[in-house]
Amino acid sequence: MRSLGKFLIFISSLFVRRESFSTYFKLTIDECIKVGYNSILIVAIVSTFMGAVTTIQTAFNLVSPFIPDYVIALVVRDMTILELSPTIIAIVYAGKVGSNIAGELGTMRITEQVDALEVMGINASSYLVLPKIIASVLMYPALVIFSAFLSIYGGYLTSVMTGLISGYDYIYGIRAEFIEFNIFFALIKAFVFAFLVAAISAYKGFFTKGGALEVGQASTAAVTNSCIAILFADYLLAQLLLG
Amino acid sequence: MIEIQNIEKSFKEKHVLNGIDATFESGKTNLIIGSSGTGKSVLLKCMVGLVQPDEGVVLYNGRNFTTGNKELQTEIRREIGMLFQGSALFDSKNVEKNIMFPLDVLSDMPEDEKMDRVNFCLQRVGLENVNKLMPSEISGGMKKRVGIARAIVNKPNYLFCDEPNSGLDPQTSITIDDLIAEITEEYGITTVIVTHDMNSVIEIGQKVIFLYKGDKLWEGSKENITKSDIKELNDFVFANRMMKLIK
Repeated sequence: MRSLGKFLIFISSLFVRRESFSTYFKLTIDECIKVGYNSILIVAIVSTFMGAVTTIQTAFNLVSPFIPDYVIALVVRDMTILELSPTIIAIVYAGKVGSNIAGELGTMRITEQVDALEVMGINASSYLVLPKIIASVLMYPALVIFSAFLSIYGGYLTSVMTGLISGYDYIYGIRAEFIEFNIFFALIKAFVFAFLVAAISAYKGFFTKGGALEVGQASTAAVTNSCIAILFADYLLAQLLLG
Repeated sequence: MIEIQNIEKSFKEKHVLNGIDATFESGKTNLIIGSSGTGKSVLLKCMVGLVQPDEGVVLYNGRNFTTGNKELQTEIRREIGMLFQGSALFDSKNVEKNIMFPLDVLSDMPEDEKMDRVNFCLQRVGLENVNKLMPSEISGGMKKRVGIARAIVNKPNYLFCDEPNSGLDPQTSITIDDLIAEITEEYGITTVIVTHDMNSVIEIGQKVIFLYKGDKLWEGSKENITKSDIKELNDFVFANRMMKLIK
């Protein structure tokens, strides 16, 4: 409870004694490149294989002659949009971006760079953390959309190349019984997960004490705590919005 | 001028500072000396607001920094330049961007004026053609100079230096000390330096405060530091063979 209270005070400190809009704008653009653009490759690789494997496993489990082939694509689409792209990619995102944020802030803390900002009269938490959270909340939903597209496309390629189902059936399947709300749900999850990863990782990094060993520990704690928070929030959102 | 009155600080059960009073004058290099673990750095951090003292106040030209509101604290902090022990340069920015940083964030100076000021400060600390180098590409002594350039770029009224010559060779240490002393005199800054280097005391110690186990035991100048009869001070001052020989 004490940590939660400290975390909430930290989050509220981001919004006091802020610098000019142009300062944050430049920093946010830089952070967007770091958290978004630099994550494209890993998200693309994970998403494509995720879609491919989901298609093969769904086909393996749906072998009844009473189930039409296009259902495989329908299942892949819904699994991808509802769960795999927002949540599994969030875990990957926590590993890449979360550890980076915690490591960067932790190193800045132990090398007195954070103190240097404070002495200059700059609100270090707001200056360093707010752009990271804004960039994360802006870029992660875009990564989720990109991931969902590649995952479904990865499923299509696998279907066609292995002959599991025809390309026609796959495309028919991904268009069948489509519920628009699922996209909205995926984006809500993306916003929440993006905030959790950036905020928790920044919190862990910002309050690092000690030396190189502690920076490593802060990075690890950032990833594990982010993953737990993602899974908890995933359940909570599913219960609230789909339950 | 900076005045500190009855500064006390404890970390859990450990008392680090026991009611320190001192005055640091403008245009002078004021040194806080003492062995490791005597509370020098904690006192400096209390003065710049990185650590909140349990008791006492710090006054900047009569303005109460310790108990003042956030606006006053920010206003005073923007008059402060600080050189950190490890220089604390921003790893992600090159030398030029590091020095320009306070101007970028805290002023609305046009870009060409900022660049002129950066080049002036670099020249002042004796560095040229290093603008585009990253902190990882320069030596420890150069990092200290860049740190000084960043500390003075905003024309501060107060300059704080935490062990400015730690990790430097004796020649570079003297260069850094002289540079700080020159800048202090030139701009009439109130400079406070934390050090345990007796060479610095002899070179630039216009006013010296000696801390021992959280207490201020002695106050004076470099001229009379060797004439004290305080045992703890003498043990510190004459710890090395060279100083004993001089004595």
